[in-house]
Amino acid sequence: MFPKYDVIVVGAGHAGCEAAVAAANMGSKVLLATMNMNTIAQMSCNPAMGGVAKGQIVREIDALNGYSGIVSDHSMVQFRMLNKSKGPAMWSPRMQSDRMMFAAKWRQMLEANENIDFWQEMITGVIVKDGRCCGIKTGIGLEIESESVVLTNGTFLNGLIHIGEKQFGGGRAGERASTGITEQLRSLGFESGRMKTGTPPRVDGRSLDYSKMETQPGDDVIGRFSFTDSEIPDKQRPCHITYTSTDVHEELKTGFDRSPMFNGRIKSLGPRYCPSIEDKINRFADRDRHQLFVEPEGWNTCEIYVNGFSSSLPEEVQYASLRKVAGFENMKMFRPGYAIEYDFFPPTQLKINLETKLVKNLFFAGQINGTTGYEEAACQGLMAGVNAHLAINEKEPFVLKRSDAYIGVLIDDLVNKGTNEPYRMFTSRAEYRILLRQDNADLRLTPLATELGMVNMEDRMKRVEAKKDYVKTIDKFVRTASVTPDQLNGYLDNINSAKLTQKVKLHSVLMRPNVYLEELRPLIPDLEQELAKYDIETVNLAEVGLKYEGYIRREQENVDKINRLEEVIIKDDFNYDALQSLSAEAREKLNKILPRTIGQASRISGVSPSDVSVLLVHMGR
Amino acid sequence: MKYNITDTIIALSTPPGAGAIGVIRLSGPDTIRIVDEVFQGRNLMKVEGNTVHFGKIKDENDKMIDECLATVFRAPRSYTKEDVIEISCHGSSYIIEQIIQLFLRKGVRHAERGEFTLRAFMNGQLDLSQAEAVADLIASNNEGSHELAMKQMRGGFSDEISELRQELIDFAALIELELDFGEEDVEFADRGRLEKLVAKIKEVIKRLIDSFHLGNVIKNGVATVIAGRPNAGKSTLLNALLNEERAIVSDIAGTTRDTIEESLNIQGINFRLIDTAGIRKAQDAIEKIGVDKTMEKISESTVVIYVFDIWESKPEDLWSDVDKFLEGSKALTSGSKQLFIANKMDLNPYVKPEDYYKDGLISVENLIATSALNKMNIDALKDLLYKTVIDNPELMDQTIVSNSRHYDSLHKAYESLDAVLNGLTGGLTGDFIAMDIRQALHHLGEITGEIYTDDLLDSIFTRFCIGK
Repeated sequence: MFPKYDVIVVGAGHAGCEAAVAAANMGSKVLLATMNMNTIAQMSCNPAMGGVAKGQIVREIDALNGYSGIVSDHSMVQFRMLNKSKGPAMWSPRMQSDRMMFAAKWRQMLEANENIDFWQEMITGVIVKDGRCCGIKTGIGLEIESESVVLTNGTFLNGLIHIGEKQFGGGRAGERASTGITEQLRSLGFESGRMKTGTPPRVDGRSLDYSKMETQPGDDVIGRFSFTDSEIPDKQRPCHITYTSTDVHEELKTGFDRSPMFNGRIKSLGPRYCPSIEDKINRFADRDRHQLFVEPEGWNTCEIYVNGFSSSLPEEVQYASLRKVAGFENMKMFRPGYAIEYDFFPPTQLKINLETKLVKNLFFAGQINGTTGYEEAACQGLMAGVNAHLAINEKEPFVLKRSDAYIGVLIDDLVNKGTNEPYRMFTSRAEYRILLRQDNADLRLTPLATELGMVNMEDRMKRVEAKKDYVKTIDKFVRTASVTPDQLNGYLDNINSAKLTQKVKLHSVLMRPNVYLEELRPLIPDLEQELAKYDIETVNLAEVGLKYEGYIRREQENVDKINRLEEVIIKDDFNYDALQSLSAEAREKLNKILPRTIGQASRISGVSPSDVSVLLVHMGR
Repeated sequence: MKYNITDTIIALSTPPGAGAIGVIRLSGPDTIRIVDEVFQGRNLMKVEGNTVHFGKIKDENDKMIDECLATVFRAPRSYTKEDVIEISCHGSSYIIEQIIQLFLRKGVRHAERGEFTLRAFMNGQLDLSQAEAVADLIASNNEGSHELAMKQMRGGFSDEISELRQELIDFAALIELELDFGEEDVEFADRGRLEKLVAKIKEVIKRLIDSFHLGNVIKNGVATVIAGRPNAGKSTLLNALLNEERAIVSDIAGTTRDTIEESLNIQGINFRLIDTAGIRKAQDAIEKIGVDKTMEKISESTVVIYVFDIWESKPEDLWSDVDKFLEGSKALTSGSKQLFIANKMDLNPYVKPEDYYKDGLISVENLIATSALNKMNIDALKDLLYKTVIDNPELMDQTIVSNSRHYDSLHKAYESLDAVLNGLTGGLTGDFIAMDIRQALHHLGEITGEIYTDDLLDSIFTRFCIGK
């Protein structure tokens, strides 16, 4: 009934979809197996992609020819570039999405790929022979063969939903949980754990009074995640902001005795940065209000996502307290928020290519690895899909360094440090964030995807080359052009910058604090004429390179230093026990993590610089 | 861990502390050019490999630091297979530090532990079995020096730095909070307060940097007075400790009339050894001045090494002498530590040092029997000195920045903090300010041995309500 596949992907969420297209675009024959084909690419939680650090990841996915960017662009309801005042490393695109369009676009793009087949059924296990994964077992007893398997089970593995004192099995509201896989993997020697996450109530937008809320419109200029000419809408929908109050908090407290979070029914750890509303008022009792974002779920629906009100309190408590929020007095609820517990596998059991150490050609991506967030899941899916393809073709793994991409930071953190709580990306996790900007993800990564041999990279590479050339031209122009006091003194005076006394290079003015090309353009006709040739993103990129040259160079030097260690590969069968000069703790950790490079080894906690010297001295001979 | 194999590196290759000569080794691509800049003698750029040249090392102000020999090895015929120069200079820790500091200012970097060997290995000089032997050495050295550094830190200024660093981390957390959670209604980092904090830290660092300044290394060692009756062998002991003939020695009592200061480095700790005139009723006016001065030195000292002639002194003599000198010098009240040296054991091997023990004052813990003349038990004395300071960290607060690795880190931290201030006044965006703060935290962390990355997020999550 089935051919033998190269890659089977189990699960069709953000991780699964990206894994399928990545493997398919590398040339593998792929089967995408999901419990329900009608819920491919569901946004289980908030209807939005991107945000701080996450927007950078989506752009990185796009630069690597993943589809999350294009799908988001297509289904966007609102675009905002966050953190615009906080410096170029912080600029983070974020989109509200039309939940239904998002899923539909993904399905359409998957279906358009001839290398991808589909199968709808619960998958209950993997087939392992001689330590190698070679297929899957389904609920009705089918066995489907493949060279490799990527597991992206999300919150479905033994998922348990909590609403107040009620609890029931489920992978998502209204969907069943998946059973069998955890048990089988444990029997193979895998270690598993439990994590918890939550989601807020969905409400009827027709019942809300927006006049009592602040409006949060999208940006005037609608941006994109994708570096291609992806379709984007020409209009946007606003979001709204409202606040809880002490009244709301008092009402919420009436349900605390029935909260599964507080009465001990939920034991697993949830994300600290995505706390439930009850957690917020409990832990930060001094705050008399918390911000809520009222977000539309799409163009053609009145369904509203109440961002900031995640809760597992009894539904009537959620209802009564939410009705005390300004603008929600007559609120009608579509469904209550809930908490969900699910199985994950501590990611220190993975190699840096996301393949399990125990079973060859078995890959994990997404929440199964203890992460949270669509973007985090999607990028792991992409990396797992690419690496599954490379593994079965006996090629070197595709590894992004911490200095290459947020994706590299994410995977490096996971496999070296593991995680106790759902792992979310922050810019502060990336030590080289100055280099890992949303504006240069294509320059950083598209050439790497091209080298890998991914299909349809020609157009993307052409754009990268052109962008590089344009940036060079702008750079040269700014360095050579001169400006006169009459042109700029009015402006400089306005921003309290010293006036010019003579003709100077434009570059020297741009290097001043608070001086930006955008404001100089109208004052200098030659500059305007030059910059008008390029899109705003290219101009911004050139400006960042000029204005922050010193910082960027310094960071690049730091990277170059570190990267020497990243290039020293440690063989898989390296015998740490033979090195008596290693500390006992280092030996234990190294045996557990099995780092691929000395650089990776140096980041494992418990491995000291002297241990690294010992390794270096022993290496390679 | 940052090994950049293309840097030019420097380290003292002979053991720290005074010796007849000290050998400073440099390795890396810029070695010959940089040494040549400060070396007055043959043009090193033009000399052949494997040759030795006499010359003078002069600092930027053309002030001579030392006369020395430079042994030039040209790549690949050297230990590391890179260009290497070994400078043999006089073995005073002052001179050695001054030379190393000069090269650091010229852009050379301190070698990481075992880095010469690492390079030798990376460049294919050593095979595995050789490297293995060296690796064991490196590993064992590391542990010792790390422990030392940690103990030093606990005693010295580390608390102060740790505290300031923690404050800076809290601020960094605020900035990160602002960056990562700016979309939520979080509080923002108060730039004015940050500015003040950074200025304060800079001040402390400046003070520490100044304390290091080379003239001060000697002054800032652990003040260690060698005292005792005339002709007890104090100067001989000093010479034995220093392994050279610095003090004039004779068997005529009262030869040392002034105090003599020497610096001795024991496993990274600088001791300022002060040889004093013997304590006795003065025979002439000049000697009286010497004795008074001795008492003054003792009262200012951190450690007193009281030397007595075990051949001449009965236990009762020692005890009454000690009572007198302790009282006269107020050494007890000043909180200094006393070590007792039963000298001239060679003259009477049958006398028992135990007979000289006295409750609460003299015991096996602080009495060592030696023969300074024959250098007998001198290493035991050095160990005891080291242990005394390590076990009593409060004695060390003046000594700490004698470690030029710390000095290096302080300097870099200072520069980063400067950049933070400039950024704050220049309206630089948070991401770049955060970068400079991280850099400063990194360098401060190098001194205190703490790591910060995960502190930041923890600090954020425990203190602020965030998350939509």
